[in-house]
Amino acid sequence: MATQTKDERVAQTSIATKMLQRPELGALIGAAVIFFLFWSVDTTGNFAGVGGTAGWTDIAAPIGIIAVFVALLMIGGEFDLSTGVMVGTSGLMAGLLATEYGLNIWVAIAIVFVFALGVGFINGVIVVKTGLPSFIVTLATFFVLRGANLAVTKELTGTVRVANVEDTTGFDTAHAIFASKMAIGTSNFQISILWWVLATIFATWLLTRTQFGNWIFASGGDKNAARNAGVPVNRTKITLFMMSSLASAFVGVMLVLRLQGMQAGQGVGMEFFYIIAAAVGGTLLMGGAGSAIGASIGAAIMGIADIGIPYALWDQDWRWTFIGVILLAAVLVNTYIGNRAKGARR
Amino acid sequence: MTGIAMELKDVGKSFGSVIALSNVSVKVREGAVTCILGDNGAGKSTLIKTLSGVHKPTSGVYEVEGSPVSFNSPREALASGIATVYQDLATIPLMSVWRNFFLGNEITKGWGPFRRLDVKKMKDLAKEQLLEMGIDLRDTGQQIGTLSGGERQAVAIARAVYFGAKVLILDEPTSALGVRQSGIVLKYVLAAKDRGVSVVFITHNPHHAYLVGDYFYLLNRGQLANEYERSKVELDELTKAMAGGAELDALTREIQQVRADV
Repeated sequence: MATQTKDERVAQTSIATKMLQRPELGALIGAAVIFFLFWSVDTTGNFAGVGGTAGWTDIAAPIGIIAVFVALLMIGGEFDLSTGVMVGTSGLMAGLLATEYGLNIWVAIAIVFVFALGVGFINGVIVVKTGLPSFIVTLATFFVLRGANLAVTKELTGTVRVANVEDTTGFDTAHAIFASKMAIGTSNFQISILWWVLATIFATWLLTRTQFGNWIFASGGDKNAARNAGVPVNRTKITLFMMSSLASAFVGVMLVLRLQGMQAGQGVGMEFFYIIAAAVGGTLLMGGAGSAIGASIGAAIMGIADIGIPYALWDQDWRWTFIGVILLAAVLVNTYIGNRAKGARR
Repeated sequence: MTGIAMELKDVGKSFGSVIALSNVSVKVREGAVTCILGDNGAGKSTLIKTLSGVHKPTSGVYEVEGSPVSFNSPREALASGIATVYQDLATIPLMSVWRNFFLGNEITKGWGPFRRLDVKKMKDLAKEQLLEMGIDLRDTGQQIGTLSGGERQAVAIARAVYFGAKVLILDEPTSALGVRQSGIVLKYVLAAKDRGVSVVFITHNPHHAYLVGDYFYLLNRGQLANEYERSKVELDELTKAMAGGAELDALTREIQQVRADV
């Protein structure tokens, strides 16, 4: 108090504080801790090697691709519970269009992507026009699609799965783009990992370096203030719903090509993994703050746990419990770090 | 003689059977601070919303620079140079100062899919513009929520001025603030006026109004109760008029009685 600095309102922020302000820091530390935890209990000697890495990245990639866009949507202040079932819907739809109607798989994929954008658009329009919570609106979409997945698949194939997708025209090129593998050493890395990295880079760039990204933060932070500043909040939110839906369709197409078929129940329940990945990665559940990289790290944690538990010869059933604990711990740590970094806020 | 930036002529606004404003005439002079005073429920909010383009008047004429206007949205009003800074709805706490400053008016570089924010330019410009208004921040990258309430209002005012507001409508900018913080905001109100902006200052605090105002309009129960020029009015008179003169006298006596009893 003795020396009055030129400006007493702003204290010098240390580099440490700046780092703590990054929303993904908690997740990064968590990922490192969990990685070393499973490394230390690994019974195969492969966990930290090429084989283990190929394994957990394969689990994490499809979660991550959707989770980064779910994170953008959550930063924009909305939820999407229809993402998981949308993976199933789009995979089934691509498969059925190609096998039952004889379309070129590329044409089927194009139709599926347009359909997914349409579903996202409808979700978004209902949310912004009615003012209903997106939780409810997309929960409804979830159940509508879940029913349709079963009913339509049964109606067309007589079974609850689409099969023989590998026999459709255009399958080889589509498979190469969406579902091919690359051998490194004795292990195969999925091309989905590349898509995951690209999705993360794209979403991060969009969020932090574009005008649209600024609008995402503003729409989720305070939509009235954003509107007063001239931000088209409704358009921003609708676009975000379309993006999360499209990301789900992308993963659905990836899966149907890789598995050469799909069960009607595919993807159901996965919506929570995307939301958990985003929350673990430092995205605020009420919107306005978060990061796409964080969501990717959240997805990586799930992949690590998924591979680490069997490698440690623990019962695989515990992975749900593990993810639940991680979620609570991560959100607690993120909140704590966030408050510390912000200092005393009124 | 200064010109008229905008004017309401016999404006009325009713919501169904509720008459919120009737026959209100207000002149906003160019480059002056026009204060609109009124107690709770006097119709201040309706008046602001009419000026800022949220509501359309049910009767009467709204003129900007001499020609009648009919705004469909605050965006249209903004395009005509009428910016409104709302008390709590001005800034987004979790976003940085520079992101808030340029929100909705982001500067970009590059083209097509590579069009991106020019972060450095916006940071520098925000710092420079805030400094010009007398707001000295070390780092415009800090979250605006870490600033005090007065500074947040000040940033919102600086933003409106920078983006070419000719008329700045301030909705109770000091009502939630302490004495010192209010002082900060009032300073920026005058800074905006010095830069040639016409300010409409809505408040229920005659002391704050008297500190910065050139013209005073008093609203009571949806009607214009009185209007004053600064040169012809004293603070006491303004305070009294606002509280309803005789009513305040009666109230003062009652309170004194209560206190005497204790």
